[in-house]
Amino acid sequence: MDLKEKLVSSFLAFENTIDVDSPVHDIRTEAIKTFETTGFPSKKDEAWKYTSLKSILKEDYSVFPKQQNALDYKEIQKYFIHDIDTYKIIFIDGKYSSHLSHVTHDGIDVCLMSSALNKPKYRPVIENYFNKIAPKESLTSLNTAFSNEGAYIHIPKNKLVEKPIQIIHFSTGNEAALMLQPRNLIVVDENSHVQIIERHQSLTENPVFTNSVTEIYGNKRAIVDYYKIQNDNKNASLIDNTYVDQKEQSHCLVHTFSFGGKITRNNLNFYQNGERIDSTMKGITIIGDKQHVDHNTLVHHIEPNCESHQDYKGIFSDNAIGVFNGKVVVNKEAQKTNAFQANNNILLSDKATINTKPQLEIFADDVKCSHGCTIGQLDDSALFYMKQRGIPEKEARALLMFAFSNNVLDSVKIPELKQRITKLIANKLGVNIGFDL
Amino acid sequence: MSKYTEDDLREELKTKEYEYGFYTDIESETFPVGLNEDIVRAISKKKEEPEWMTEWRLEAFKVWKEMEEPDWANVNYQKPDFQAISYYSAPNSKPKYDSLDEVDPELLATFEKLGISIDEQKKLANVAMDVVVDSVSVATTFKKTLGEKGIIFMSISEAIKEHPELVRKHLGTVVPTKDNFYAALNSAVFSDGSFCYIPKGVRCPMELSTYFRINQAGTGQFERTLVVADEGSYVSYLEGCTAPSRDENQLHAAVVELIALDDAEIKYSTVQNWYPGNAEGKGGVFNFVTKRGLCEKNAKISWTQVETGSAVTWKYPSCVLKGDNSVGEFYSIAVTNNYQQADTGTKMIHLGKNTKSTIISKGISAGKSQNSYRGLVQVSSRAENARNFSQCDSLLMGNECGAHTFPYIEAKNKSAMIEHEATTSKIGEDQIFYCNQRGIDTEKAIALIVNGFSKEVLNKLPMEFAVEAQKLLEISLEGSVG
Repeated sequence: MDLKEKLVSSFLAFENTIDVDSPVHDIRTEAIKTFETTGFPSKKDEAWKYTSLKSILKEDYSVFPKQQNALDYKEIQKYFIHDIDTYKIIFIDGKYSSHLSHVTHDGIDVCLMSSALNKPKYRPVIENYFNKIAPKESLTSLNTAFSNEGAYIHIPKNKLVEKPIQIIHFSTGNEAALMLQPRNLIVVDENSHVQIIERHQSLTENPVFTNSVTEIYGNKRAIVDYYKIQNDNKNASLIDNTYVDQKEQSHCLVHTFSFGGKITRNNLNFYQNGERIDSTMKGITIIGDKQHVDHNTLVHHIEPNCESHQDYKGIFSDNAIGVFNGKVVVNKEAQKTNAFQANNNILLSDKATINTKPQLEIFADDVKCSHGCTIGQLDDSALFYMKQRGIPEKEARALLMFAFSNNVLDSVKIPELKQRITKLIANKLGVNIGFDL
Repeated sequence: MSKYTEDDLREELKTKEYEYGFYTDIESETFPVGLNEDIVRAISKKKEEPEWMTEWRLEAFKVWKEMEEPDWANVNYQKPDFQAISYYSAPNSKPKYDSLDEVDPELLATFEKLGISIDEQKKLANVAMDVVVDSVSVATTFKKTLGEKGIIFMSISEAIKEHPELVRKHLGTVVPTKDNFYAALNSAVFSDGSFCYIPKGVRCPMELSTYFRINQAGTGQFERTLVVADEGSYVSYLEGCTAPSRDENQLHAAVVELIALDDAEIKYSTVQNWYPGNAEGKGGVFNFVTKRGLCEKNAKISWTQVETGSAVTWKYPSCVLKGDNSVGEFYSIAVTNNYQQADTGTKMIHLGKNTKSTIISKGISAGKSQNSYRGLVQVSSRAENARNFSQCDSLLMGNECGAHTFPYIEAKNKSAMIEHEATTSKIGEDQIFYCNQRGIDTEKAIALIVNGFSKEVLNKLPMEFAVEAQKLLEISLEGSVG
């Protein structure tokens, strides 16, 4: 039985374990129907031209983790940003772990999707926001059909959330192969501000396939700062579907740091439903081996006077494959739009591949839109200069690569996180320097 | 003087009729509509082709039957009914003239209206023309001069008869019959086209030129061009196209193959102004063209195109940079107006070492038109030190048109250097104001800006053609270009 059949046939059993009368029931039923007709995307789909899911789909995944697994905090401490106080929503094999988490209902809601879906208190928010911007695309529908657990964050008006929120998904490897479908909903009301860090981490080399959907709503003048750390081990694959709906004068920033995993696909979509909106998406990808990272971004400029900035850097060695597919759509009404997109890549090996496709679709005439895309190597003369001054080749190369990706790091607003990522980059480049020379 | 604004320009553009819309009544012989094996055989027989050619066509027809029409391009149109087209139309009494006086005066008048009077071209422009009206070559000039250098320049049907070994060796090597839907169709039914062979080390002393025109109603134009530049030779080839205005859509599916052997250079320039349809988007030519060039060692192929016509354009002149140190270039201006749709661009396939390619694409959209750039730059893992530079600029006039960019970049070699940039903008009010301040009226200012915007590409055209291209820009964006 292939994965699609397995998922479709286990849908009923899944529905029975949770509340069939909930308002989400209809949404789920419709979603599974969509998935049943579309199936998993294949290379024939233009959006999946360069990324094949075949190698992931052949595993026999356990779709519902049965048991509750526990982890010792000491073992996994290194995966946290632990030197600052944060809210934490921690999942182990898809199940919420209360003893590792730190949630709150004090003025803001930082809690669980499962309770938000079931408790009447949250019903208005769920009815207003749940599954409103997620399109009827196959993988997103699949997630919707099985949506039950994940992070639920609701920041009411005029709140500045002082601590960042960490969402971490651990997989223990107790299952031979595990499929996870977390569903997150983040609603930030007028004038509020929140910082969120998301991470997926598997602790063994058993295959894990995560199909995650996150809906983010930034209302008037809200500021949402979202960081994704993707540094998983070599049998873990992630399809991250993120949909961001912005209202006027809101600012949303999404940073994606992809340093590992088997296949990582980021579907990042911004919809600008208001004027004077600012959307920023940045990413650093440093991969090697046979890793595959695919960034698929969309910015839809619907209203006038908005801006969007995209900046993706990639460094690829060994047999790694990097894909960038960035799309900017400017509607007829969206005059005075400024949309910028840059994708710079460095290839370090002849077996590594880069496929990039920056797309502009523009229907308004009074706009400034540009995209730039480069593929190149490290500057030999700069390397020589550094070697002349006694910096060993390896370190010199690392410094250059760090400098190459640095302007993505510049806009990271949590200093501890920035430090952590700097360390991760040093690690990834195989050097032991702090880059703050 | 009344103030001339962009709105006036847009108004003018809407009402401007197609200047080249006239229909010449030359008695032509047209095949019954529809396509089947018999028609393919009949075309082949009509052209007195050898057996291998007929087989080649039938093979292509077989492949074509299995294929589906592509629909990935960013264009919308009523798909042509391939069984409702007549696949052959030739001016009835095929003339073979030594001097132009013998040519049907009506035909000459047609050329006169096009502004490409053969006499004039002959004398002033020093251009040898192979004029194709509805697919059959009627007049070839300067054949003698070329013959002295050993250059072969004739219609492809003659070439099949006179130089079968050359045609057989090269035909379909760059664009195989099964390459795509339209290429297969063309291979099966092409009625005529041009063949050009430049021998080793010869520098062609003049620009070679063909002029295509679709005349008969309900006919498809399927011409086939094959240019072979032998080692160390050079040729500059010009191609121009027009069609009379008709309400129904005419189909044009051409194939152009260029072969540049070691150290050879081919410069291929196109000015295309097929009938774009009227202001309501009715009629116009569907232009589905496959153009590709193959570069051997140290060879260079340069495509320059000015696209102002056609209701739908689907065209990607490409370079396969097979030999080491070979160079590919693509310079394009695409202007769309009213309901025109263009999906055009290039493919640069880097296979050899130290290969270089340059892409400069300028899109100008006005009215309700859609203009897309779609390009591919591919660097294979063996292509050391490949270098590419791409630049795609779009200019939007009015808020009902669209400009789109779909560049595909695939790199598999670490020494590759690839740069791509694209911008979209409109004619800035401040730019116009600057000109106004200096006593240049708005009309001239727009002309200046559009001219400046396209200069990079216009400069790449041969002299004689640059003048004509500017004329075309004038027609397409009348009122704006001074």
